[in-house]
Amino acid sequence: MSAETIQTRRDWLLSDRPASRMQARLGRAYVAWRRFSANRLAFVGLLIIIGLLVVAAFADVLAPYSPTIGDLKGSRLLAPSAAHWFGTDDLGRDIYSRIIYGSRWTLYVVILVAVIAAPIGLLVGTVAGYAGGWTDAILMRITDIFLAFPKLILALAFVAALGPGIENAVLAIAITSWPPYARIARAETLTVRNSDYIKAVQLMGASPFRIVLRHIMPLCISSLIIRVTLDMAGIILTAAGLGFLGLGAQPPLPEWGAMIASGRRFVLDQWWVAGAPGFAILIVSLGFNLLGDGLRDALDPRSGDQ
Amino acid sequence: MSGTLLEVDDLRVNFPTRTGLVQAVRGVSFSLGRERLGIVGESGSGKSQTGRAIMGLTPPQAEVTAKKLAFDGIDLLAAPARQRRALRGKRIAMILQDPKYSLDPVMSIGRQIVETLRTHEKVGKAEARDRALAMLEAVQIRDPARVFDLHPHEVSGGMGQRAMIAMMLIAGPEMMIADEPTSALDVTVQLDVLGILDKLVSERGMGLIFISHDLRLVSSFCDRVIVMYAGKVVEQLKASELRDAQHPYTRGLLNCMPRIGFERHPLPVLDRKPEWAA
Amino acid sequence: MNAALSIDGLEVVFDRFRALKGVSLEVKSGDSYGLVGESGSGKSTLLKAIAGLAPAASGTIAVNGKTLGTRRDKAFYREVQMVFQDPYGSLHPRQTVDRLLQEPLAIHGFADGEKRIQRALDEVGLGTGFRFRYAHQLSGGQRQRVAIARALILEPSILLLDEPTSALDASVQAEVLNLLEEIRRRRKLTFLMVSHDLAIVTHMCERLMVMQNGEAVENLTASQLIGHRVTKDYTRNLLRASEGFVRG
Repeated sequence: MSAETIQTRRDWLLSDRPASRMQARLGRAYVAWRRFSANRLAFVGLLIIIGLLVVAAFADVLAPYSPTIGDLKGSRLLAPSAAHWFGTDDLGRDIYSRIIYGSRWTLYVVILVAVIAAPIGLLVGTVAGYAGGWTDAILMRITDIFLAFPKLILALAFVAALGPGIENAVLAIAITSWPPYARIARAETLTVRNSDYIKAVQLMGASPFRIVLRHIMPLCISSLIIRVTLDMAGIILTAAGLGFLGLGAQPPLPEWGAMIASGRRFVLDQWWVAGAPGFAILIVSLGFNLLGDGLRDALDPRSGDQ
Repeated sequence: MSGTLLEVDDLRVNFPTRTGLVQAVRGVSFSLGRERLGIVGESGSGKSQTGRAIMGLTPPQAEVTAKKLAFDGIDLLAAPARQRRALRGKRIAMILQDPKYSLDPVMSIGRQIVETLRTHEKVGKAEARDRALAMLEAVQIRDPARVFDLHPHEVSGGMGQRAMIAMMLIAGPEMMIADEPTSALDVTVQLDVLGILDKLVSERGMGLIFISHDLRLVSSFCDRVIVMYAGKVVEQLKASELRDAQHPYTRGLLNCMPRIGFERHPLPVLDRKPEWAA
Repeated sequence: MNAALSIDGLEVVFDRFRALKGVSLEVKSGDSYGLVGESGSGKSTLLKAIAGLAPAASGTIAVNGKTLGTRRDKAFYREVQMVFQDPYGSLHPRQTVDRLLQEPLAIHGFADGEKRIQRALDEVGLGTGFRFRYAHQLSGGQRQRVAIARALILEPSILLLDEPTSALDASVQAEVLNLLEEIRRRRKLTFLMVSHDLAIVTHMCERLMVMQNGEAVENLTASQLIGHRVTKDYTRNLLRASEGFVRG
């Protein structure tokens, strides 16, 4: 591709008078991308997350050993070496392989929680904010009840009721993490609900349902995406915490939190058993946080292009 | 003119942005004596940035240059920040469009005026209070003692703008820059406020720069008018000779407003020529 | 000619504050009617009450002879549309012009959307080059043209105009006023226009009502106002103020 075609392509994207719906949309995405990629740290965050996705997708290829079956006879609690990069645990399993397979569970938790919690929060918040009155009062008091408990304690209670296991842990975390999203969506809705452009749509004869779904929700989504991304680290930590307490993933699943839990008995002598998954959690949490910060700069409706 | 207060020669204000340099003001020159000078232009003409550059209120990322920008012989661009701050408020004052944004919302109006006075002059509390009350009376606030204790949100727009004028005039400035001081007010209140401003300016022999988009209002209030377009001065003329304006932009601006008793359908519109901005 | 809009004893109360204290008026079909007053006069509230954006405490509003209830139906919105004051606030920040214009068509189930959008854009002098732009890619005057196109796309017979040019520069104001006049002539629309500027109202309207503190001060024709044949002091004050500053 010559420099010239790149130049014309950029002009096409940044055009002041797009000729089609597609061009307008792509142009907008390109502007957001340029703002995002100008932020070095956010880019690092994105690379970490992409790395996590790649590792999870190619776990079978990347992992040198089985994550669940160890060599009990010859390789218990070996220190990091060329054969076992991160050492082995008390059942003789290669920690490096377990961390690689563990990335799948981390992604599984994070994505499921986001997919369950964010839409609930968005719906509750926008409906409460737009309807006002009794609807708002009832929905927000429910939200307050959820917010009144510490997240981990509430999740613990849910898992205790539902039974231990990674699916239930996901469900419990999702149930406890939507209230802040509802608050954000409601706050955002309140700022736009009395604006002239929403009044104009009301004057078109649009139903409240249509206004919330097509005109208010799109305005709340970017701040929600930012918040969810920033919360990812917390979700991973809560899942790890539940795993650590024995209420999340059950052995022999290579979930990072559960791995730390099983490593805590030898944390002073064989530090790598708990240290390696701890470090993995640290890196991925950091990645999500950096990404979220970058997204805030790129997507925040209050900055730039309006 | 004997007492030239302000001299501006080739003033330029540039804003560096991601897409290149935005030239907000491109070589503006004028001088101000103890008179009322109007700067008129549409949005984006650079009229407000001109006022801000003189005040030293340009945002930090912008570059301000001029061959000469001198107030009473003091080179404003070379003056240290402390000297400029001292000038601001004491000898040069500025009134902005909406008093709601320029008054401190958590301090009573009286206290704000007293504070302003005491930062610029060494006066006792009692004397400062007396002078503030006198100033409020001078801007035709009927019950100064009551208004003294009110907070900005408790007064109307017109009252707030009068309080703002009182605050700006308390230190006895020699020059005042008023940026759209009455645009947020109702028409009848607007004239009251202008009347007060007019009286104070002429009584104290101040120089006034009146920045506005309303050519007709400015010409009825000021002695001289500068018309700006795209960051440049396109015409400078006496307010009384506005009807004989030469530049097509000035004439177009005068013509395109509806006037009571002069029916024109459709209204003449401005045919912008690229060479005006050249 | 029958009345396009007749309002009788309309009251609007916000939290015990009476924003409108029993206002009556009648606008003939095809007429242009102006509401003049200062802030707090209730002129904008009157428009909002007609549009159903402010609750009427008592009194009746009838459009084309049909008295309106508390809820507006879809047929109402095809008769009455509104243009707002602030062109920077009345367009959705995340939607293209195309999307903005499509919305009313989708709500009312029009099939010939493509043709209508083209026509509406042409009519307000924007052309198709503007069709896929976002609001932030438009100037104030262009935004107001889009807002007018949006109001016209359902082909209403009554247009409510809430200070449609007060946020615009004088030269752009002239263009928008000319556009509104032309559209009114071509489509035989009825205008109800709110403004604080007597000159604009006399330019645009044949009849007008001066309002103060939620009440009607007086009803005038434009020629009465031009000839200074007014009876109330308040109107006289407004007239004097509109002539600019006079050194006392």
